Amino acid sequence: MYTLGIDIGSSSSKAVLLKDGKEIIAEDAIQAGTGSSGPSRVLQQIMQESGLKLNEIDYTIATGYGRFSVAFANEQISEITCHAKGIAWLLPGTGTIIDIGGQDAKSISLDVNGNILKFFMNDKCAAGTGRFLDVMSRVLETELSEMGEWHFKSNHPAKVSSTCTVFAESEVISLLSQGIAKEDIIAGIHASVAAKACTLAYRTGVRENVVMCGGVAQNPGVVDAISKELGKKVIVAPNPQLTGALGAALIAAKKVKEKENP
Amino acid sequence: MNYDEMTSKELLGYFQNKLDEEAREAKKAGKLVCWSASVAPPEFCVAMDIAMVYPETHAAGIAARKDADGVLETAALKGYNADICSYARVNLGYMELLKQEAMTGETPDKLANSKGARIPLPDLVITCNNICNTLLKWYENLAKELNIPCIVIDVPFNHTMPIPQHSKDYIVDQFKEAIAQLEEICGRPFDYDKFFKVQEQTQRSVAAWNRVAAYAQNKPSPLNGFDLFNYMGLIVCARSLPYSEITFNKFCDELEAKKQAGKSAFGDADAEKKRITWEGIAVWTNLGLTFKGLKNLGVVMTGSAYPDLWNLTYTPGDLESMAVAYTNIYINTCLPNRTARLQNIVSNSKSDGIVFHLNRSCKLMGLLNNESAETIQANLHLPYVSFDGDQADPKNFSAAQYETRVQALSEMMNAQ
Repeated sequence: MYTLGIDIGSSSSKAVLLKDGKEIIAEDAIQAGTGSSGPSRVLQQIMQESGLKLNEIDYTIATGYGRFSVAFANEQISEITCHAKGIAWLLPGTGTIIDIGGQDAKSISLDVNGNILKFFMNDKCAAGTGRFLDVMSRVLETELSEMGEWHFKSNHPAKVSSTCTVFAESEVISLLSQGIAKEDIIAGIHASVAAKACTLAYRTGVRENVVMCGGVAQNPGVVDAISKELGKKVIVAPNPQLTGALGAALIAAKKVKEKENP
Repeated sequence: MNYDEMTSKELLGYFQNKLDEEAREAKKAGKLVCWSASVAPPEFCVAMDIAMVYPETHAAGIAARKDADGVLETAALKGYNADICSYARVNLGYMELLKQEAMTGETPDKLANSKGARIPLPDLVITCNNICNTLLKWYENLAKELNIPCIVIDVPFNHTMPIPQHSKDYIVDQFKEAIAQLEEICGRPFDYDKFFKVQEQTQRSVAAWNRVAAYAQNKPSPLNGFDLFNYMGLIVCARSLPYSEITFNKFCDELEAKKQAGKSAFGDADAEKKRITWEGIAVWTNLGLTFKGLKNLGVVMTGSAYPDLWNLTYTPGDLESMAVAYTNIYINTCLPNRTARLQNIVSNSKSDGIVFHLNRSCKLMGLLNNESAETIQANLHLPYVSFDGDQADPKNFSAAQYETRVQALSEMMNAQ
């Protein structure tokens, strides 16, 4: 049995292919999201990697912001349920998930069996999301992938008080013109993202075993800032960008099994 | 017009148009027109034969026709900040256009092209702070801009329950002051006989409204809760006239037939998968989308405290009981009482979850959502979800965010 989970976000497309609901046989992420070539490219890549054809896949579940645009999917499931499922499978015992993607930030609390207790997401604003970090990296002329490295060089993190992306951009420009060191500004930016995400986490309740996922979890600076804000160790999920797609593939496997053994 | 041959939906449309037409005719005939807050008591003005217009309902109508942007822009040009209630901004923008027309004799394009019902400028306004305090400054502003009288029914917030006697006495005095103001404005004594009849009519309308709402307690529910948002126009604008009673009674007949046939709001009984309580004002700019977002998941709205604002039950002839009805609005009471009322609605409607509309326009309703949600979840162990939106400003709502949140809620309800 082969099941596919495909997670179409605002800025990236992810896919995970599972065999028998147990073994990951292909997984990929393309940094182009809904409305772009990303969804078809990630599908093409994963099929190539696995050597399978689309008609050999028993069930496909689409998730993420662009989930309704995946015409061949058998079903659409929200990213909240998919991330919860993916993380609970990878890291059983997780109590709180912090997921920061391109334009969404969310916190999900889970019970001991991995069931969702509560979740909160960001409001209609991109503050504290991947998009916020994108804008800041451009202003600082620093690759997004290098932000984490700079973060750990900081001894005196600057204060970035604005949560609005536009105002924060002006604030960062002002800090640069004052000659504040880049690493201190970057650490300040990460603290600002962490503060925003942790507001959601505090509302769901910060339980034992905090796990971070989503594209932003690849930035160790943000993970460090969240850990400091919560005063707790934060575990980064393996392949954090792919946990939603993994959860979708796992749910798809369960659906096939239920169909076979009703 | 043979009302018996009309469906309740036809009656709703017919009477809504009739109310607007009556207001326009009253203005032409030189009679008084009053703009009123939605839960201010209309009984006094109706007893004095004053035509009533309800800006909140009018603003909701403009928003539902996806035509709010133009008037919101007019309000912004006058300096009204986007943080102010969008009902107020739509109405103040619309008033500005009507005023420009009255002063220049030329109809501004935005007014000529408006999809909202054409309403006449008021000769007086009446407001009541039993649902929020923005209504005070909004209506004072209307009165100042138009140089017309403003009747304020000041209703103290109920920090403790039951409602203290001094509050009841104070509100009765407010009613008496309103009567005195009306006598002065109309130049004739208050018509107490008609007032009593209007109170009786209001009670028949409210009873019929409550009967409609009670149909949602059936499982499956023959009533789609979003229909309460649609029919609400009449309990707001015509509760002191027979129009609402006629329409609601017809609606009850239709719902009873559906119930007897074992049908749900979505057709067959098994089309109803889950039930939710909706807390907060409707997202008028996206009413269809918010409804379909739930319907597509087989989720029917069976509970809402919002339509319950007009459960204004009192004894005609007894001003104190009328005072209690108008101050006992759940959002005019302390957090424990407000939460208990909402929890009762969730329980009585047999809801499996709750959707909280965090309405950017209505701070009073939104501010205490978190506390209410936490308490109800602890007591009833039901999942809930909160989404950002707005009653009349389309800029504050994101369809994708709403769809994701209600889908996740549906998945949580199914997992329970």
